[in-house]
Formats: sequence, structure tokens, C-alpha cells
Amino acid sequence: MTSEIQGALKPERAAPFAFARRHLREYGILMALIAIMAFFGIVTDGTLLNPLNLTNLVLQNSYIVIMALGMLLVIVTGHIDLSVGSVVAFVGALAAVMMVQYDMHFVPVTILSLLVGAAIGAAQGSCVAFFKVPSFIVTLAGMLVFRGLALTLLDGRSVGPFPAEFQRLSSGFIGDAFAGLTPIHLTSLLLAVAAAAALVFMSARGRAKKLRYAVEQEPFALFLAKNAVIAGVIVWLGYLLASYRGFPNVLLIMITLIVLYTFVTMRTTVGRRIYAIGGNEKAAKLSGINTERLTFYAFVNMGVLAALAGLIFAARLNTATPKAGLSFELDVIAACFIGGASASGGVGRVTGAVIGAFIMGVMNNGMSILGIGIDWQQVIKGLVLLAAVFLDVYNKKRA
Amino acid sequence: MNAILEMRGITKTFPGVRALDNVNLVVREGEIHALVGENGAGKSTLMKVLSGVYPYGSYTGEIHFQGQERRFRGIADSESAGIIIIHQELALVPLLSITENIFLGNEPARYGIIDWDAATERTRALLRKVGLRESPATLVGDLGVGKQQLVEIAKALSKEVRLLILDEPTASLNESDSEALLSLLLEFKAHGIASILISHKLNEVSRVADSVTVLRDGMTVETLDCRAEPVSEDHVIRRMVGRELADRYPRRQPRVGEVLFEVRDWTAHHPLDAERVVVKGVNMAVRRGEVVGIAGLMGAGRTEFAMSVFGRSYGRRISGQAFIEGREVDLGTVPRAIGNGLAYVTEDRKHLGLILNEDVVHNVTLANLDGVASRSVIDEMRELEVANDYRRRLNIRCSDVSQTTLNLSGGNQQKVVLSKWLFAEPRVLFLDEPTRGIDVGAKYEIYTIINQLAAAGKAVVVISSEMPELLGICDRIYVMSEGRFVAEMPAAEATQEKIMRAIMKGEEKVP
Ligand SMILES: Nc1ncnc2c1ncn2[C@@H]1O[C@H](COP(=O)(O)OP(=O)(O)OP(=O)(O)O)[C@@H](O)[C@H]1O
Ligand SMILES: [Mg+2]
Repeated sequence: MTSEIQGALKPERAAPFAFARRHLREYGILMALIAIMAFFGIVTDGTLLNPLNLTNLVLQNSYIVIMALGMLLVIVTGHIDLSVGSVVAFVGALAAVMMVQYDMHFVPVTILSLLVGAAIGAAQGSCVAFFKVPSFIVTLAGMLVFRGLALTLLDGRSVGPFPAEFQRLSSGFIGDAFAGLTPIHLTSLLLAVAAAAALVFMSARGRAKKLRYAVEQEPFALFLAKNAVIAGVIVWLGYLLASYRGFPNVLLIMITLIVLYTFVTMRTTVGRRIYAIGGNEKAAKLSGINTERLTFYAFVNMGVLAALAGLIFAARLNTATPKAGLSFELDVIAACFIGGASASGGVGRVTGAVIGAFIMGVMNNGMSILGIGIDWQQVIKGLVLLAAVFLDVYNKKRA
Repeated sequence: MNAILEMRGITKTFPGVRALDNVNLVVREGEIHALVGENGAGKSTLMKVLSGVYPYGSYTGEIHFQGQERRFRGIADSESAGIIIIHQELALVPLLSITENIFLGNEPARYGIIDWDAATERTRALLRKVGLRESPATLVGDLGVGKQQLVEIAKALSKEVRLLILDEPTASLNESDSEALLSLLLEFKAHGIASILISHKLNEVSRVADSVTVLRDGMTVETLDCRAEPVSEDHVIRRMVGRELADRYPRRQPRVGEVLFEVRDWTAHHPLDAERVVVKGVNMAVRRGEVVGIAGLMGAGRTEFAMSVFGRSYGRRISGQAFIEGREVDLGTVPRAIGNGLAYVTEDRKHLGLILNEDVVHNVTLANLDGVASRSVIDEMRELEVANDYRRRLNIRCSDVSQTTLNLSGGNQQKVVLSKWLFAEPRVLFLDEPTRGIDVGAKYEIYTIINQLAAAGKAVVVISSEMPELLGICDRIYVMSEGRFVAEMPAAEATQEKIMRAIMKGEEKVP
């Protein structure tokens, strides 16, 4: 009887084109990033992609990317966190006060700041998870509270500068083992090549494994093209960065976090459970998942990452200001949605959110180079966000 | 007699699946036309094509309605032509009143101001027509499923209806509600309204249908005329499943051991209204290798009882003791209940059973992720094997296990939920309406699985509103009424009349 059934549901052949269409979202966003980079590369006469600017782009974006990782988890559980921009300001202010006014060493300050971030996340998370207050409201309140507290801490002024070691958190570069041997930062280039190789190796292994189990696979041509493009872009960007001062420290922090969060969301039981909560909280609960606790931790995690972003941002400006992180929450949330997360929860990928963050970053940077005012930048970014989500909805309807 | 509807050569494909393959359907003026077939045969899809849910252009083939070719671009189009569909899942807003629901999107208004008096008046007339004695102001959420179904029909009647489509309307109704609904269909027929009835309950079909169309694997197998001569159920089943089905219930040699699971004096209160007792002092014992049934009417508190036992998932102020192998256990949270070897297979697969936007694989392993992971890292290939294994064992129809469960047919969704709990390897299983919306062939398969579970020494508790089913598969039956266990009898001595009598007696006792 079984064979008869399977005969009836004729699976159509996975032609490259059809497959790509079905997975339009995943390829689409990557292509969009490449297209946007190419566009700004051209209209800025290459300024966008010159090594100095590219380094700046990474530095400017690091905190958005880092927070997008946390925000993605929050959004996947079906919630939102509007307070992250204010937490950035508050933690930056707190660190500044501790380091500048109380002369504390930067290591305990960093640890304390991250703990404060965790505590903030825990406070908001428990309201959401255990007391069932809508996250929109809780974090809207948090947004006001922590912005206000930042102002109080700093007394309305800017506090700085920071000790040099602390500044290296965002303005430092990794050392070059081959310093002096080549005109470029060889260690960075080698790291980029290694990263590209590792990525290709992993996806090849995954593909081989899936082929063995006869799962529907992306067609070989598409697989090859995708990997070639990704590896090529990584090595090329690595080369560009290497020809300036090499990889910034934050880039390594960022990449480590991206790898970690990708792994956690895709391969671990915790990740799977988080998606289940967002997909159908009641069913998840009846399947033995502690939905409250996981939601709570998603907010704690967000708090820690926002604190980290706050430190990096303060270190980058070398001063803490009450206006730090203003409207960061919007960029971070937009990054997740551009990256394909669903506002109703249960859907979204780490890689998508990261690419989404870079799309926002490249647009910010490119438009600034072109001298487009902040006003129009916002208009354009808003339209891009709308277009991305519009495409999502359209795609879903057609499927 | 003339045909009111002709669907010709309808083919509809989804990515990777051909759900309908050159299907023909002819419905005559004023008849009740039954559409039957196994889960995933394409019944709901065919009706969605007809009602414009899948608009013209997304399928191939022609639809002729009342002598004209129709190209519906949406539900609004088909509704204005007089085709009204009541979907497998009810689409009412629980927080609105009956009147508001009936006229939702269609309010009688002048200059944009709703004329509630007119609406209420018309609602009253409609409710009389469908035989529902409720005030038009009652909130729909306060009605039972059976009455909600009647509201859906009243809503359909509020529009100009020529052809009424009902997709498994009686799946969640008890016998008397089903009966009422079927008589209503017959009444409509007398008024010249044709209807298409999708159902897995073949006794209903043979009672009311004038013709029967059998679908199998997305193709029309046969259209039978019941007016000329009555059609035998066995014949329909044969055409549906494509083979002989000797028994409705697989045979089993019960090997009942000692008591495995027991609850004593179990009481639970309503989650919102803490004064209302929903489960009252229930005592129940299940033995190793035993299949125990809980009979009762809709609303007797069976689901509430099972869920309150399973990690206090329902209700407040729950009291009582639970024992496994004679030792008292704490079932206070779902993880603890699962840890003690309990499983509860819900009756509400859409809301409580499945993560609809996830694929079959992720749903099957959800309750036992540790079973496919080592040190919290999921082994995806092992997971895939598990899912494919259950797909084969339970005969789940999907293009492959990476299909999202939202796109599975109702019966196959049920099998996915069941797979999830089988994979959790419980010792005590609560199955709440395990065969709701499931075709005869698949029912047989599920009964077989229940037997295998019992043979493996597990304790199985089956909650079902279909008494013949309980009589067919259980060793012992408890009867529940108004939150209490009012009777207990060995299945061998039980009959439908006995059970009904016990229920009536139970109701009388409560003032
Ligand atoms: N949106 C969709 N995408 C992909 N496949 C789909 C979609 N909708 C339905 N299918 C597939 O089409 C087939 C027919 O489904 P349909 O819901 O019409 O079955 P059915 O006869 O109503 O079954 P049941 O009795 O279980 O309700 C199934 O194999 C199902 O998986
Ligand atoms: Mg159906």
C-alpha cells in the first residue's frame, strides 16, 4: 500500500530554477546584499570598498550585528525588545562613570557591565515570561527608564576619555604574526582564506551527508555557484581589510558570536525549542518545553548582548553620551525582519539577521559617503524594510 | 435532473505534490452529494478550488456552475455566486456574539451605520431555521462545538446560498448534534439547496447522501448513485482504500498485568471560574497491557481530566494523588509528567498538537529531543531517520518529511501528533479522540498501533465520543458525566445503551 501512496504524490523533479524559486528568500537576501554593495561601490566611485572605509563599516556595524543576534532570538520566541538602544546608553554611561570617575580597572568594569545587562534582561524577561505582560509594553517602559537613567548617571554631560586598553575593544586590530614580511596584513588574509575554506568544507560535508540519506538537495550547479560566490566574497573582503590594518578586534568577537549563535539555533535542542515556542507556544508547552524559562533567557541574553554593544560603542566614541544608541533598536529590529524573521514568531535565521544588519550598514555608510542627509536616509531605509517584508508576505501567499 | 455544478478535469499541484489529478465532479440540482476518500485524497483541496480559496489560474480545469463557466478569483466571488463553504476548521470569532459573527463583514447598514436591531431580528429568524435555541447576544466562545457548527450554518444561510459545502462538519460533534445537523441538511434539500458533504463517517453518508463521489490519491475513482439502489458501506470503503478491509477493529489477545497507573480522588476547577468544579473526585486505574476507554458526551470533562493529570495543563486548584507502579508520583509540570512516562495526545491538533509552520521532522521529535541529540546537539540525520521511520510505520502521506505540517491533510496531521508521542516512549498514554477526522483505513492502522502499545505492556487510555470505537478496542470502559466517573464496565459487557443509560443517570444525580 505504501508504494502505491508514494506513487500518487508525484514529487516533481528539483530543477535548479524551481529549487531556487522555492528558496528564493535565502538566496534573495544574500544577492540583495551583494547588489546593494555593488551599487554603492559604483556610485561612490569605489570609496565604499576602499580598505579604510570597509574597516570603518565593520566597526560601525559591529554593535548592530551583535544586538541583532539577540534580537533574533527574542523575535523568534514571538516577542520584541525596544529597550536595547537605551540599554546601550545606560551601560556605556555606567562603564564610563566606573572607569573615569572611580578609576576602576577595565576588566572588572566589563564584567560588571555585562552582569548589569543580564540583570536588565532578567527584569524585563521575567515581566514578559512569568507575569505575561506584553513585551512591547515592558520594553517600551524599559526604553524610557534606561534612557532616563543614562541621563541621570551622566548628569546630562559626556564622560570620557577612557583608558587606552579599553578603547582597543573597538579600535584595536589583531596582531600580525608576519609583520614586516609583506605589505599587507598576512595573518588576516590567511584567516579569511581559512574561514572560506572551513565554510566550503562544512557545506560540502553537510551536502554529502544529506545525499547519503537521499534528502531533497539543492542542485549541484546551484550549490557550487553559491559556495564559490560566498568563498570568493569572504576572501576578497579579507584581502581588502588586510591591505589596511588587518582585522579589527571586534570583527573577531562578532564572527565568534555569529558562529556560536548559528550553531545554537540550528543544531541544539535549546535552539529547536526556542523556535517551537514562537511557532506554537501551547503545543510547545504540552510537549514538555519550559516555555517561560526559555523566553526569560532570551531576554537575559538580549540584555547581555546589548551591554556588550554598549561597551563597544562607548569604546569606539571614546566617550559616553546620554544620546548613545538612540534609535539603535530600530536598526536592530529592521535587520531581523529584512533577514526574514517573522513578526509572529517561530521563523528567522541568524545568518539572515546578520546579512540584514549589513544591508542596513552598507546603506547607512554608502548614503553618508554620497552626502545624503539623515532625513532621506531614514526614508530610504524605511522603504527598504517595507519592501523586504512585502516580498516575504507576497512569497508566502504565492506558495 | 440537471447538474448545478460540474467540475471538469481539475488538476492542482503544490510544490512537490500533485494534490488533484484530473478530477471530475458533478452535483445535481438539489441533491446531497457526499465526497469521501482517505486522508490526503484531496477532498478539502477540491473544495478550496471550488470556493475560490485557490483562485482561477492556480489550477487547471473548468468549473461550471448553474450552466455558466466560472472563474472565481476569491471567496467573495464564489459567495456571490451562491457557493458557501464551511471549512474543516471553524472560522468564528469567539469573543463576538452570535449576531456579530453571522453578519461579520456583511453587516446590514445604512450610511455605514450598523442597524443592530435588523441584524438581531434576522439572526433570530436564522437561528430558528437551524434549530438553535440561543439568544443572538450570546458570545460564540460560550457555545459548545455543536452549537458553533449551527452558527456557521446560520451564517451560511444569511447569504444567498445555492450550494452549501460542509467539510467534515460532524467530526467533532457528538451523536445527537450530528443527527440534528444531518436532518437540517435534509431540510435544506427539501428547499432545493444542494450540498456537498465531506465526511469520514460512512453511516452518515449512507443515511443522507443521494450520490457519493470517491476520491483516491487525487483522482476520481467513482461516482455512485444512491437513489437507484442503496450503496453498501463496504463497497465505498473498498473503493476508497483500494483493497478489501475485513474488520473495522483489529483483533487482539489482551494480556493484562498489574496496575501501572492510578489516580485517586482527582479534582480540578475551571481555570477562570475557580468555584466551578470541572473534574470531581475521579478514581481511575489502568493496568499494564490494558486499553481503557472513557466514554461520555461532549463537555463531560474527559479532556479536562486528562489534561489536568498531564502536568496540570488544564485548570486550577487541582488536587488528588497519582501513582505509577504503586508509588506516588508528582505530575505537577509537563516535563515531570513526561519524565514519569506519561503522554497526552491532544484532540486539538492545530492549536495544541502541532507547530504548524515547522516540518514533519521537527514536530515528530519535539517531545523527545534528547532522543536524537547527544549533549544537547541534535544529530539531524538520526532525526531524519526517526521521522522517516514513523512516516512509514504510520503511513503518513507527505511529499517528504520536510513538508510543513500546515500543508498536510487533517488526518495526516493527526498521525504526526501521534508519532511525536510514540517517539517520546511513554508507559501511560492518554489518547484524546485519536481518530477524529481520520479515514477508515487509517483508523484501522491507529487501532493496530494501540494494540501494539498494549501488547508492549503499556497502559492506554482512550477518550472517544464514538461509542462503537470504544466498544471495539477497549478492555474496560469508564463512563464520565458532569465531571464524574459514573460507571465502569468491562467492554465485553458494555453496550451503547448501557453507556447512555449510565450517562443519563449521572446527569439526574446532579441537581
Ligand atoms: N498548501 C499545500 N501545500 C502543499 N501540499 C498541500 C497543500 N495543501 C494540501 N496539500 C497536499 O494535498 C493533498 C490533499 O490534501 P487535502 O487537505 O485536500 O486532503 P483531504 O482529502 O481533505 O484529507 P483529510 O480527510 O485528512 O482532511 C495532501 O497530500 C496534502 O499534503
Ligand atoms: Mg480535509
